[in-house]
Amino acid sequence: MPLNLSANLGNADNFYADLLAAHDGLSKAQSDALNARLILILANHIGDNDTLREALQAAATTGAIDAG
Amino acid sequence: MNKIFEVPLYPYARSEDQDAAAPVRRKVVIIGAGPVGLAAAIDLAQQGIEAVILDDNDKVSFGSRAICFAKRPLEILDRLGCGQPMVDKGVQWNLGKVFFGDRKVYDFNLLPEEGHKRPAFINLQQYYFEEYLVQRVRDLQAEGAPIEIRGKSKVEAIGTHPDHVALEVETPEGSYTLEADWLIAADGAGSPTRRMLGLDFVGRVFEDNFLIADVVMDAEFPTERWFWFDPPFNKGQSALLHKQPDGVWRIDLQLGWDIDKEEEKKPENVIPRLKAMLGDEVQFELEWVSIYTFQCRRMEKFRHGRVLFAGDSAHQVSPFGARGANSGVQDTDNLCWKLKLVIDGVADEDLLDSYDYERVVGADENILNSSRSTDFITPKSDISRIFRDAVLDLSEHHAFARPLVNSGRLSLPCTYDYSPLNSTDTLPEAPARARPGSPCPDADLGTGSGYLLDQLGDRFTILALNCVAAPLSEAGLDLDVISIAAPPGSDLAARYLGLAESAVYLIRPDQHVAARWDGYSETALRAALRRAIGKEQ
Repeated sequence: MPLNLSANLGNADNFYADLLAAHDGLSKAQSDALNARLILILANHIGDNDTLREALQAAATTGAIDAG
Repeated sequence: MNKIFEVPLYPYARSEDQDAAAPVRRKVVIIGAGPVGLAAAIDLAQQGIEAVILDDNDKVSFGSRAICFAKRPLEILDRLGCGQPMVDKGVQWNLGKVFFGDRKVYDFNLLPEEGHKRPAFINLQQYYFEEYLVQRVRDLQAEGAPIEIRGKSKVEAIGTHPDHVALEVETPEGSYTLEADWLIAADGAGSPTRRMLGLDFVGRVFEDNFLIADVVMDAEFPTERWFWFDPPFNKGQSALLHKQPDGVWRIDLQLGWDIDKEEEKKPENVIPRLKAMLGDEVQFELEWVSIYTFQCRRMEKFRHGRVLFAGDSAHQVSPFGARGANSGVQDTDNLCWKLKLVIDGVADEDLLDSYDYERVVGADENILNSSRSTDFITPKSDISRIFRDAVLDLSEHHAFARPLVNSGRLSLPCTYDYSPLNSTDTLPEAPARARPGSPCPDADLGTGSGYLLDQLGDRFTILALNCVAAPLSEAGLDLDVISIAAPPGSDLAARYLGLAESAVYLIRPDQHVAARWDGYSETALRAALRRAIGKEQ
């Protein structure tokens, strides 16, 4: 299944609020750990290695990292 | 008490070669009487090829060292006539536990597939492994086989020539020159042969130290593999507890990079660490302590003219996943039949290049797997540790995360998928696990008929399932037919037929599949055999 990079979230604002709320009151280390668990849970849900590779590629080639 | 590793098993004895007027030429000389060198010599000698092993020592390995022997090497040892004592003595295990911090996160069962003669793994100290191989050498000698171990015989210089190799051998009674048609260098990771020939050995060094201890104790720990990530008794590091025969337990403790090795090895420093791990009340005795660092690297080529490298001299891996001695024995399994065919004049020297091709594939697979285990066990960056710990936290509650936990992967034999010796797979509807290049899966033949692998090996064989095939002679080789009925539901049908109704397999002397068809074709078999011995491109 190709990676879906068009808008797909049922309610974008609600998801974003939930994401921030999950990190409320956490230290940097706790937040890093939560993010890592979340990535692993979502990756397992997607399952398909090709789709995941596309997602990694999309993440790696956007943002400030790209310039460096 | 004399432990087996303290007794000289092949003491120095003067050889007639030392008194010869001119250097004596032997067929195959093997440097190193470790698991790999011994297996190679036995394989050659039991097929009538002269093999002389030279070793600078006269005893089996000191301390347990390699302790896990996987199913495929055990099957190879069966072919070499010494699998049974290993399995009888070894400890079998299927259960493992994984701990993270101060808690157990999950346990697992290897659940080995039924219908195999040998278990997935046994634990056995390397000194027993070597002792049984030496015993097999003695039995072969008693039968008149051309095999010899020369202890306290250190190779000091090597001269390579187009048609032979010349060796300067140092003994307690002075040195002598010995010549060999072929030389197998099985002299370990620090291979003096490699150094003397000025050959490369490149790869990745892992900056870590591990303390390994053999501990004798009468404790009620079950026969399981226990692995700790970041335990309270070894903060920030890892630990492994594994049972060996004779009430000996193997303990591995990760120490980190910046340590004083000599200091850490002292009993006054080791014992408190072990007490913290085992509990104050457990009585134990230290049998052997060592500290190792490790590397993942290999030679660019395993064949250099008439010198063939096998085992750790050719490739070195981290110890996670038991791929050192196991892959070395698989090297000899691949090499010896080819060497025999070349020595017998059946095949050209070029056949030996396929040893290089096939075992480099095996080495790369092992290096990849053990590097991945190492990266999981000893995270090299903050983010790598964050993900590692996230996997372990999740594994306690969710099954999906358990396959991500990597404390060493089961050592499985590799399939030589693109080997030049393979013929095209004309039976893709049969299981992929038996495609050309694969090691033959074992199968229970049912009602007291034993196991398939006991009928294969040492020669090319035609395996005919649910059809008729005829023996044939080609390129100087005589091929027998093993004809077996594979009824639906049998191991044979599941592992070799799949959706096919019948099949003919051409099996190599190392029990790997060379070719397969849905029925007998004399022309196709002859072509596949020629290809499998390097006579047809």
